[in-house]
Amino acid sequence: MKKLAILFRRGQFHSELDEEMAFHRAQVEQELIDRGMTPEDARYAAMRQFGNAARLSDQSQELVSFRVETVLQDLHFALRQWKKNPGIALAAILILALGMGTSLSIFGFVDAALLEPLPYANPGRLMSVNESNVESPRWPLSYPDYLDWQRLNKSFSSLDVYSGAGYLLRTPSGVKPVQAERVSGSFFRTLGVHLMLGRDFYPGEDRLGGPDVVILSYGDWIDRFGARRDVVGQTADLDNRAYTIIGVLPQTFSFAPGGNAEFWVPINALSPHEHSRTFYNFGGIGRLRDGVTIEAAQAEMTAIERQLQRQYGITGRDLSANVVPLAEIIIGDVRPVLLTLLGGAGLLLLIATLNAAGLVLVRSESRKREVAVRRALGASRSRLVRQFVTEGLVLAVLGSLAGMMVAGGMMRPLAHLVPKDMASNMPFLEGVGLNAHTGALAAAIALMAALLLAVTPTLRLSFNDVRGALADATPGAASRLWRKLGANLVVAELSVAVVLLAGAGLLGQSLYRLLHVPLGFDPNHLATLQVMAPGTAYKTDEQTVGLYREVVRRISRLPGVESVGMTSMLPAQCDCASDRIQFPGRPYHGEHNEVDERHVSAAYLATLKTRLVRGRLFTDREDASMPGVAVINQALARRYFPGQDPIGQRIADDEFGTPHVWEIVGVVDDVREGPLDSDIQPTEYFPLNQTLDHGFSLAVRTRQAPGTLLPVLVSTLHQIDPSLGVSDEATMNEQIDATQAALLHRFSAWLVGGFAAMALVLGGVGLYGLIAYSVSQRRREIGIRMALGAQRSSVYRLVMLQSGWLTLAGLAIGLVCSVGASVVMRNLLFGLQPWDPLTLASVAVLLALVSIAASFLPAHRAASVNPTDALRME
Amino acid sequence: MGYGSRMAKKPELLPGTLDMLILKTLTRAPLHGYGIALSIKRLSSNVLTVEEGSLYPALQRLLLQSWVKAEWRMTETNRRARFYTLTAAGRKQLESELSQFEQMIAAIGRVLSGPQEA
Repeated sequence: MKKLAILFRRGQFHSELDEEMAFHRAQVEQELIDRGMTPEDARYAAMRQFGNAARLSDQSQELVSFRVETVLQDLHFALRQWKKNPGIALAAILILALGMGTSLSIFGFVDAALLEPLPYANPGRLMSVNESNVESPRWPLSYPDYLDWQRLNKSFSSLDVYSGAGYLLRTPSGVKPVQAERVSGSFFRTLGVHLMLGRDFYPGEDRLGGPDVVILSYGDWIDRFGARRDVVGQTADLDNRAYTIIGVLPQTFSFAPGGNAEFWVPINALSPHEHSRTFYNFGGIGRLRDGVTIEAAQAEMTAIERQLQRQYGITGRDLSANVVPLAEIIIGDVRPVLLTLLGGAGLLLLIATLNAAGLVLVRSESRKREVAVRRALGASRSRLVRQFVTEGLVLAVLGSLAGMMVAGGMMRPLAHLVPKDMASNMPFLEGVGLNAHTGALAAAIALMAALLLAVTPTLRLSFNDVRGALADATPGAASRLWRKLGANLVVAELSVAVVLLAGAGLLGQSLYRLLHVPLGFDPNHLATLQVMAPGTAYKTDEQTVGLYREVVRRISRLPGVESVGMTSMLPAQCDCASDRIQFPGRPYHGEHNEVDERHVSAAYLATLKTRLVRGRLFTDREDASMPGVAVINQALARRYFPGQDPIGQRIADDEFGTPHVWEIVGVVDDVREGPLDSDIQPTEYFPLNQTLDHGFSLAVRTRQAPGTLLPVLVSTLHQIDPSLGVSDEATMNEQIDATQAALLHRFSAWLVGGFAAMALVLGGVGLYGLIAYSVSQRRREIGIRMALGAQRSSVYRLVMLQSGWLTLAGLAIGLVCSVGASVVMRNLLFGLQPWDPLTLASVAVLLALVSIAASFLPAHRAASVNPTDALRME
Repeated sequence: MGYGSRMAKKPELLPGTLDMLILKTLTRAPLHGYGIALSIKRLSSNVLTVEEGSLYPALQRLLLQSWVKAEWRMTETNRRARFYTLTAAGRKQLESELSQFEQMIAAIGRVLSGPQEA
C-alpha cells in the first residue's frame, strides 16, 4: 500500500530524498570544515564519501518504484522496433483481429439465438401442444378438439390456440394486406407476457360473437401508428370491419410460430370449416401445471384424443397428441447449425492465436543477438522478460481491440444475411451486437492471447544461455520443440483450410446448379404480384369471376403485355398446398395419394409457356356452373395413370368434407411448383373460375423488362377496385432467388466461403512463419552449403521442398477429411457428388499456389544469404 | 552490504545487522539520517562506519515495513531535516532481532571455545 502511495507522489518523493541527502552531505561537509579542511576540499570530500548520489537515489527508489517507468521504457522501445520492422507486428495483429473478430461474431449469434431466454414467463413450462399422426408429428388442432382438450385435461393450467390470418388494412394510402394472428383469450396470459400499453383480452372476448378488438405488435405501433400513446381506443379497419385497439405488446415480445404478425385478434368468429372437428387449422400452446412432467402430459392428451376419436367416430386419420417444449419448436432446428458454427469459430480462434504466437517466436528468434548483448551488459533476466511480456501484451491488446472492431462491424451485416425464415426462428437476432456477453468473451480471449504472446518468447530465454546465443552453437531444445510443434500445427491448419475450401467449392457449385435447375417454364419477362380480394365485396361466384375477368381484361390492354395468368400459388415456392385424391372407379384401400394442388386461370399455363403434352387447357367459360375439370402434369400421369391415357379419367378429392370430382382434360409438362431442391411432385390444376379463390397471384408476361411493369400493374389493380390488397410485386426471377432453398444455399455458400478464405490466410501465414523460423535457424547450414558451392537455386529448392512436404501432408489429410465432411453435408449439396473431382482438384491447385507464395519470401532471403556473413556472424 | 563492502579496509558490518543498529539507535530519541550514522560511529568508537549508500536504502526499508516513521522538522541550526522515530512495531522487531542476534553470538561463542569436557 505504501508503495502505491509513494508511486502517486513520485515527484515529491524524489525531491524529498534529494533534500534529505543534501542535508546529510551538508552536515558532513560542516564536520570536515570543523576539522580544519578548506571549504573546497570539504565539499569534494563529502561528495566522494557520499558516493554516486544519482545511483543512491536510484537504488532507494528502486525499492519503491512500481516499475511503471520501466514499463514505459519497454513500450517506447517496442514501438520503435515495430516502426522499423512493421511486418511481423502487423501480421500478428491482423491475424488476431481476424480470429477474434470472427469468433466473437459467431458467438454473438449463438448467444442471441440460444442463450437468451425466450421472452416469456418461466419458458421451461411452456409446451407446444399438437395433434399428431404417423406422418406428421405436429399436426394442427381443430377448434372443437381444442375446446374438449381444454375441458378434459388436467396437465395444463392453461391451453391456448393460435392461427395465422391475413387481413386487408385500410390505410390513408390505400388497402394493404397485413399479417395477423388469431388467438384464444388467455394466449398472452399463458405465455406470461405483459402488455406495454392498454390491456389484455377480457375473459369473455374470445367467445363466439365477441367484440372486434385487436392488440398491436410493438413494431406495428411504431410503424403504422406513430408510437402515439393515445392509440388505445382508436380503431383499425381490417377487412372492412372496425376493430378497437385495446393494447400494444412490449418490444421484447416475439412469437416465432406466429411469424411477423402485426395484429392480434381474439378467436371469436369461426369460418364454417372451422366449426368442423376434422378441420385442423390451429397451433396450440399450453403451460404445464407444477409437478406435471412432459411425458405425463403427453400420455394424458393422447388418451383424451383417442377417446374423442372414438366418441365422434373419426376415421381415416389415427391421431394422437404431441407435447414438446415450446423452445424446441422455436430453436430446435437451428441449434445444431449454430453449435457447429461455434465449434468452427473456436477452432479458427485457436489457430489464429497460435499463429500469432508463432510469428512472435520468429521475431524473437531474430533478436537473439540483441538479447544476448543486453544480458552481457548486465540486464537481469526479469528485466528482459518484462520487455518481452510488454511487447506481447501490447500486441495482444492491439489485436483484441482490432478484433472487437471487426466483430462489431461484422455482426450486423451477418444478421441481415440470414434468410428470413431462419431469422424468424431466432427471436433475438435484433439484439446481436457487442453486449455484456460478447464483451466478457472478448476480454477472456484478449487475456488468453496476452498470456500466450507474452509467454512464448520468454520460453526461448529460459532455454538459452548468454554464451550459447552469442556463439550460436546448436539450436536449443526450444527451437526443436517449436519446429515439431509448428510443423504439426501448420499441417493441421492446412488440412482445415482444405476441408473448408472444398466445402465452399461444393456449396458454390450446388448453388449454381440449384439456380439453373430446369423449371418447366420460362421465368424471364414475367412480372408477379399477390392480390387479395376482400370477402365482403366479393361474396357471390359471379362477383368473383367478374373480378378475374376484369383483371385480365385491363391488364392485357397495357402496352407490352403478352398474356396474363392467375394462380393460387406461384411456382418454386413450396409444396405446401397439397390435396389427397382418390380415383373413382378404382378400389380404395386407404392409400395416401398426396399431390400438389393449384387453382389457375385459363391462360396461366400458357402465360408460363409450359408445354401442353396431351389434351387441352381450360377455357374461361368453365366456371362453377359446369362440371369440374382438371389438368394434370406428367408426374401425376406417370404415377397414377401409367401406360394409360389420362384424358377423360377422373380425380376425386375432399374439400372440407364436400366431395368433388374433376375430369382430366389435359396433361402438361412438369412445372417446378415446389422448392428448387425437391423432386417435382404430381400436380393437379383446377380452374380458378371453379375454385373461386379470393387470394391469388398474378403472372404477367411482357415484352419489356418486367420490373418496369410492376408499378403500372399495382395502379391498374387499384383502379379496378381500391379495396383490393396488392402486395409482393416482383419479377419471377426475383421471386425464385428469394425462395428459401435459394437463400439457404446462398447463405451456406457465403458462410463457408468466408471461413475458407480465412482459414487459407491463416494457413498461409502459419506456413510462412514456420518456414521463416526454420530458415533463420539454418542460416549457418545454408552458409556452409553455399560456401561449399551450392547454387542459389538449390537453396530455393531446399526451402521450398520443406514447405512442399508440409503442404502435401496438409493436402492429403485435408482431402480425406473433406470427403468425409461433404458426406455429412450431403443435404446441402445439390446435383453433386461429395467427391466431385473438379472441386478437389481446384482446391489442391489453390493450396499449392498459396504455399509457394508463403515460402517464397523466406526462400528468397535464404538464397540471398552471403555465405561469409552467415559463417562469420554465427 | 552493498557499497560498504567495496571499501573493505574497515571491518564490515555483519550482514543483516544494520537494521538492528538503526532501530536501537532510535530507541533513545528521534534522529535524522546523519545523526543516526554519527551516533553509530561514536558509540562503536569509530569501528563501525555506516556508508550513506547503505544507510538510506536501509531507512527506506524500515519505513516500508512501518518499523519507523519519518517527519520533517527543523534542526537546532534552523535547517529542515527528516527525523525518524521508532514505532511500536519497530520496537517489537528490534526485540526479536536482538534476541536472534544474541542467540547467534552465543552459538558462535560456544563453537569458538571448543568442546567442553563432559
